Amino acid sequence: MMQNTVRSETWLWLAQRTSAIVLAVCIVIHLTTMIIAMQGGLSTAEIAGRVSGNPMWLVFYGTFLAAVSVHAPIGMRTVLLETTSLSTKRVGLLTMLLGLFVFVLGVRTILGLYQMVPVS
Amino acid sequence: MTEDMLQVSVWKGDAKGAFATYQVRRQENQTVLDLVTHIQRYLDPSLSYRFACRVGVCGSCAMTVNGKARWTCRSHVSNVVEDGRIEIRPLESLPVVKDLVVDMTDFFDKWAKAKGSFEPTCSRNDEIAAVSPSDKKRRLADAGIECIGCGVCYSTCDVVRWKPDYLGPAAMNRAWTLVNDVRDGGNDERLRAVAGDDGCLSCHSQQGCVERCPQKLNPTMAIAGLKRETIKAALKGKL
Repeated sequence: MMQNTVRSETWLWLAQRTSAIVLAVCIVIHLTTMIIAMQGGLSTAEIAGRVSGNPMWLVFYGTFLAAVSVHAPIGMRTVLLETTSLSTKRVGLLTMLLGLFVFVLGVRTILGLYQMVPVS
Repeated sequence: MTEDMLQVSVWKGDAKGAFATYQVRRQENQTVLDLVTHIQRYLDPSLSYRFACRVGVCGSCAMTVNGKARWTCRSHVSNVVEDGRIEIRPLESLPVVKDLVVDMTDFFDKWAKAKGSFEPTCSRNDEIAAVSPSDKKRRLADAGIECIGCGVCYSTCDVVRWKPDYLGPAAMNRAWTLVNDVRDGGNDERLRAVAGDDGCLSCHSQQGCVERCPQKLNPTMAIAGLKRETIKAALKGKL
């Protein structure tokens, strides 16, 4: 039982570090694109025009979302375990729900933008 | 209060104690341990504190001086005094026995928990292992072996404060020296002991231990090394 805990904690740690590497790359691409593309200000039409129907952006934001959904809940789990007196089980459940929530919201956004008909 | 007098606040009692303030004459080359000794000998014989060698070898006189953990024997008053005042408390994150004396049991138990004892692979009948001082692993071990177990890093570490079961910098520094000892055979078990939530993976790399270690050791680097070895072991299915 204890050895299982050690193993799972180690895998969580590794998953968070690996997702951080993916995030670092994704965030740079995301921000650079935003700065380059957003010369005329942020608008739905502009974003939809760029990403809708484009499988490359679908894959990119899908990867980005997967990394966020792994990275953020594990980090929140650590923060909650260190700063509150909640049990490991409860914290695990709470942060898993958080991860799921972020993932569902993200999937809706990405698919929504992909399917959106660009406004010409 | 005249200029050559120091106002020294010293913790008295257990965890629920309070500060008592004493006036001590300032002298040249005076250490914080000199202050405590003066107070106990001439002002308050009931004061309890620990010391042995007085020269930075034994590691028993560590206390919190003006908010920072340090060896009192190697701390000159002139380097730590603030506006003629010095506040001396017991080390943090360890239970106070009385006044400036803490119970070091947890601290040393964690060395054992981190598998900090040498596991021999040979007997006295075998040849003496030849280890070159310039060997890479030996140099990594050498970088950490001068720890004298004073508890300054442990008392400084924020993670120890947040997670009472966290092994702490000193115990893991010890484990790292053994991980790099080619004569030792206990590494699989040692890595299992230092992995997990109470071990190396919880280190925030804030380096308070590095900042405060009187021996100028780098426990954060040792813990980073343990993280790498732990992950390697996990990937090989050895954890």
